[in-house]
Amino acid sequence: MSDPMQEIMASFFIECEELHESLVDALQALADGDADVETINVAFRAVHSIKGGAGAFGLDDLVNFAHQFETVMDACRSGDLAMDDPLNSLFLRCSDVLSDLIRCSRDGEPIDTAMSGGLIEELAAYVSSDNEGGAEPEEEIDFQPMTLDLGELGGPGDDMAVDLPSLDDLPPINLDFPSTSPGLLVEFRPDRELYESGNEPLFLIKTLADLGPCQTTVTLDPPKSIEDLKNLGGRLSWSILVETVSQPDAVAEIFEFTDGLCQLNVTPQQDAEPDAVISELTEETTPVVTPQADDIPTAAPPAPAETSKANPIDSPSTKRSESKPAKASPTVRVDLERIERLVNLVGELVINQAMLSQSIAQEDIPPNSPVSAGLDEFMQLTRNIQESVMMIRAQPVKSLFQRMSRIVRESSAAIDKRVRLVTDGETTEIDKTAIERLADPLTHMIRNAVDHGLENAATRRERGKNEQGEIRLSAAHRSGRVVIEVADDGGGIDREKVRAKAIEKGLIAEDAALSESETDQLLFLPGFSTATEVSSLSGRGVGMDVVRTQISSLGGRVSIESSPGVGTTFSISLPLTLAVLDGMVITVAGETLVIPLNAIVETLSLAVDDLRTVAEGQKVLRVREQFVSVLDLGTELGYRAQIPVEEGTIALLISPEEGVLVALLVDTIEDQRQVVIKGMQESYGRVPGVAAATILGDGQIALILDPNDLIQNSSGDDVVILQKKAS
Amino acid sequence: MTVASDPQVSETGATGETEYLSFRIGENEYSVEIMSVREIRGWTRTTSLPHAPDFVRGVINLRGTVLPVVDLALRLGLEETEPEDRNVIIVVDVESRVMGLRVDAVSDILSFSPDQLQPPPEMTSKSRFVRALTILDDRMVRLLDLEEVLPSNKEVAA
Amino acid sequence: MSISVLAVDDSRTMRDMINLALSSEGFEVHLAEDGEHGLEVLDDLAPDAIITDINMPRLDGFGFIDAVRLRDETKTIPILVLTTESSPDLKARARLSGATGWIVKPFAQDKLVRALRMVVG
Repeated sequence: MSDPMQEIMASFFIECEELHESLVDALQALADGDADVETINVAFRAVHSIKGGAGAFGLDDLVNFAHQFETVMDACRSGDLAMDDPLNSLFLRCSDVLSDLIRCSRDGEPIDTAMSGGLIEELAAYVSSDNEGGAEPEEEIDFQPMTLDLGELGGPGDDMAVDLPSLDDLPPINLDFPSTSPGLLVEFRPDRELYESGNEPLFLIKTLADLGPCQTTVTLDPPKSIEDLKNLGGRLSWSILVETVSQPDAVAEIFEFTDGLCQLNVTPQQDAEPDAVISELTEETTPVVTPQADDIPTAAPPAPAETSKANPIDSPSTKRSESKPAKASPTVRVDLERIERLVNLVGELVINQAMLSQSIAQEDIPPNSPVSAGLDEFMQLTRNIQESVMMIRAQPVKSLFQRMSRIVRESSAAIDKRVRLVTDGETTEIDKTAIERLADPLTHMIRNAVDHGLENAATRRERGKNEQGEIRLSAAHRSGRVVIEVADDGGGIDREKVRAKAIEKGLIAEDAALSESETDQLLFLPGFSTATEVSSLSGRGVGMDVVRTQISSLGGRVSIESSPGVGTTFSISLPLTLAVLDGMVITVAGETLVIPLNAIVETLSLAVDDLRTVAEGQKVLRVREQFVSVLDLGTELGYRAQIPVEEGTIALLISPEEGVLVALLVDTIEDQRQVVIKGMQESYGRVPGVAAATILGDGQIALILDPNDLIQNSSGDDVVILQKKAS
Repeated sequence: MTVASDPQVSETGATGETEYLSFRIGENEYSVEIMSVREIRGWTRTTSLPHAPDFVRGVINLRGTVLPVVDLALRLGLEETEPEDRNVIIVVDVESRVMGLRVDAVSDILSFSPDQLQPPPEMTSKSRFVRALTILDDRMVRLLDLEEVLPSNKEVAA
Repeated sequence: MSISVLAVDDSRTMRDMINLALSSEGFEVHLAEDGEHGLEVLDDLAPDAIITDINMPRLDGFGFIDAVRLRDETKTIPILVLTTESSPDLKARARLSGATGWIVKPFAQDKLVRALRMVVG
C-alpha cells in the first residue's frame, strides 16, 4: 500500500484544481459584474483552502503566495478594499500564477519566484502595513500566564448571605509531596465562563499529568451569594504541583484554550522550600489526590447550573459508534486507474463478444434460433455497458475552457489587444483524455484568433465594431459527436492573401482554381502561415497543420467557416468516446486493417476506364464530376510494391477533410463493426498513418488507420490541387 | 515491477549474485536479467507495422494489450530465420516499456556474481547490445543490455 | 471505547488529513463538508468533540458553533476551531462564538491529538 500521506497529497492537488476552477469562476463573475455577495467569499475560500493544504505539506512558496492573495481578498470581503477593474485583473493574474505554483509543487518543478514575487508585491501594496508580518509575533501574548492574586484564593467571603459549613479554614494547598524534586506549582482558578466554553478542568489537569506526577488540591470557595450556591463554577480552584523538568511554557500551552477564562499562575519550584507553599492538611480537606493520568477524581469539576451538562466521556448512551454521517455524498471519487481497468475489461468484453459472434456465425446456426436471439441481446447489453462505462470517463469541458480564458488573457496582453472570451456549453461532457489532448490544439487556435483573427483596435473602430474583440468558445453535443467551436468576430480569412501565400510557397499552381472553402483548407497545409510578419504570439513554427493532426489523432476533424468582415469559426468535431470506434475491416497485402467509418465517404468498384495517369506512378480517378487522387494502401504502408490496378478493385473514397477526396485501394472489405481502440504509442511510439490498434475476433491485432496522416505522408503532396472540379 | 538498469543496483542476495534467463538464437547463447522478464510465451503470428525497421516483427495481442515484438536475431545483426511455432517470445519490462523479444528457445536460469562477468570486446557496432560475457561450462553466454536492445522511440519512428 | 470526533471542513484534503491523524490514534472520526452538513450529522450523532473549520460555504464555522451551542443535546460538546490564523482577534472571535479551543493549521498530528485530549481527556 502506498503512503497515506502521499495519497492525501495527490488528492490535495486534485482538490487544488477544483478550487482553482471555482476561484476562476468567481473572479470571472466579479469581472463580468455577475457577482453576488457570496462570490468573493467563494474566491477567498478557494485560496484559503489551497493555502491550508499547502501548509500541511510544507509547500512554503504556495503558502506565501496564497497568504498574500488571500489577505487582499479578505480586505475586499470585509469591504475595506473596493473591488475594481485593476484589482480584478490582478486577481486573475494571481490566479494564473497560483495555478502555476500548484502545478510546479505537484510536479516537483522549481518555482519561479520572480513571477510570484512581483505579484506578491503588487498585492502587498493593496493592504496597509497593519496586516504585515502575520500573526506569529502576537502568539506569545496568548501564552503569557495570568497572574493569580493569591490573596483572593481561599479568602473568606465577607458578605456571606447564607450560612454554609465553613470552608474558610481549608488550606488551599496540599502539603504531602516530595519537596526536593524540581517542579512547577500550577494554580488554576477557572472563571464561570470556562465551563460554558466546553473546557473541562478535569481534562486539563489530566493533560498536565503528562508532564509529570501531580499532586492536586481542590478548593471550593465559600459562596458569596445565592447564585453562587447554584453554581460552583468560578468558586473552584486547583493547586497542582507537577513534578517535572518542563518549563512554565509547557503548562501555558496546555491551558492555552482557557486563556482569559481563568486565573492561572505557574511558579517554578526549583529546590523549593516546602514550607513556603504548604500548610497543614486537615481531616476535612477535599480529598487529596496524587493522580496518575487515568485516575483523576471525577468529583472535581462541577457542572454549571444546567443538569444537562454531560461529561461526554461518561455518556456512552449518546454514542452510536457505527453510525456514519447520515447524508451520503452524491459523488464518489474513484481512482482513475480503476476506471481504466474497467474500460479495458469492457474492451475485452466487446472483443469477446465479437469472437463469440464469429464462432456462432461459423456454426451455421439459423438466425431465428434461441442462440442467435441470445447473442443479439448480449450484444445490446455489451453496448449499453460500454456506453455507461465511457460516461464515467466523461468530464465537462469547463476546466479546458478555463485554461483557454487564461490563454486569451495572456495572448491579448502580449500584443496589446482587448479581447473578451465568451464561453458557452461548459457543461458539455467529453472523454477525459480528449480534454487533456485538446488543450494544445485549442491553445493554438485561440492564439491564432487573437493574433490573426481579430483586427487591431483602430481597424475595428473604422469598421464600426466594438474595439474589444470577441472570441466565442463553445461546446455542444451534435448528432452523436461533440462539436467545439472557436469563433472570432474579426475580419475573416483574407482569401486573396492566403492564395498568394500558397502560390508563393509553391503549395498550389498559379492558375489553380480553388473554391472559397478549398482556399480556406490551404491554412491546414504544412508550413503555411498567413502572418506576413512573425509575431511574438503565433509565429512559433506551429501551424494549423499540427492542429489538424492533433485533432485527427482524437478521431476528430476540423473545419473552417469564414465570412469577410464578420469573422472566422473553426469547428472541431469529435467522437463521443475515444475508446471505441466504428470501423470498416479491410484486408490489403494479406494484412487486416481497420479504417474509421467516419472517414469513408463511399466504397467503389474501380472501372479502369475512369483512371488517368497524371504523372509517373500517380493516378487520378474520375468520380462523377471530380478527379480524385488514387493511393494503393498496400504500397503506402510499405506492404508491397505498386501493383497494376485491375477492373473491379475496391476503392474507398476517403474524405480526410472537408472538400478533399482520395481513393484508397484495398483488396477486400471484410466487415463493418465497432472496435476497441488500443493505444500503441506508449509501448512502441507513433507509426505513420496508424492511429491505434485493435484486437479482432480471432485474437489478432489489426491496425486502425489514420487516413489523414496517411494521406499527408503519402508519396504525393499534391492532393489538394488534384481535386479541382472536372467541369 | 521495475527494473534496475544498473548492474550494481540489481544485485540480489547476500552472495551478490544476479539471476539471468538464458536463451538461444541459432548457435549462440544470450541472457537477460531475470528481473526484467515478465513472462515467456509461445510464438504467435505478428501484425506487421508499416515503415517499421526490419527487426521489429510487428505487434501481438498480449491479453488485451498491444505488444511490440522485436526479432532479437535481426536486432543483433544475426541471420534472419523464419519464425517457427517452437520459437518463444520473452516479454521484458524495462523502465515501464514492455516489449517482446523473439528468440529461438529458452535454455536456463543462471546465476552469476559480478566477478564472473567480463566486459565484451569492442568489436562491432552491434556490440553495444552486449553488456558482459561469461563462460559457463565452456559455453560463452552474452549478457544483453536491454536498454540498448529495446529500440528507442526515435529508432522506430519512420 | 473510542472517542468520537466530528470534523467539519470544506477542504477534502483537510478532512483526509484529520481523518488520517485521528483514526490512526484510535479516534472514531466522522466527517462533514460544511456547517450545514455538520448539523445534519449531529442529528444522528453525539460526538465527544467537534473540530471545525471557519471559512466554509453554506454555513461557516461561527454559525455552526452557534447552532451547536443552541441545541440542548450538543451544547456542551467541546469544539475546536481550525484556523490558519493564530491572531488573537480570531481566537477572541472563536471564543465569543462558543468554541472551546483552537488548532492552528498546519497542524502536526501530535498537536491535534493533544488538543483533543485537552478537551475530551
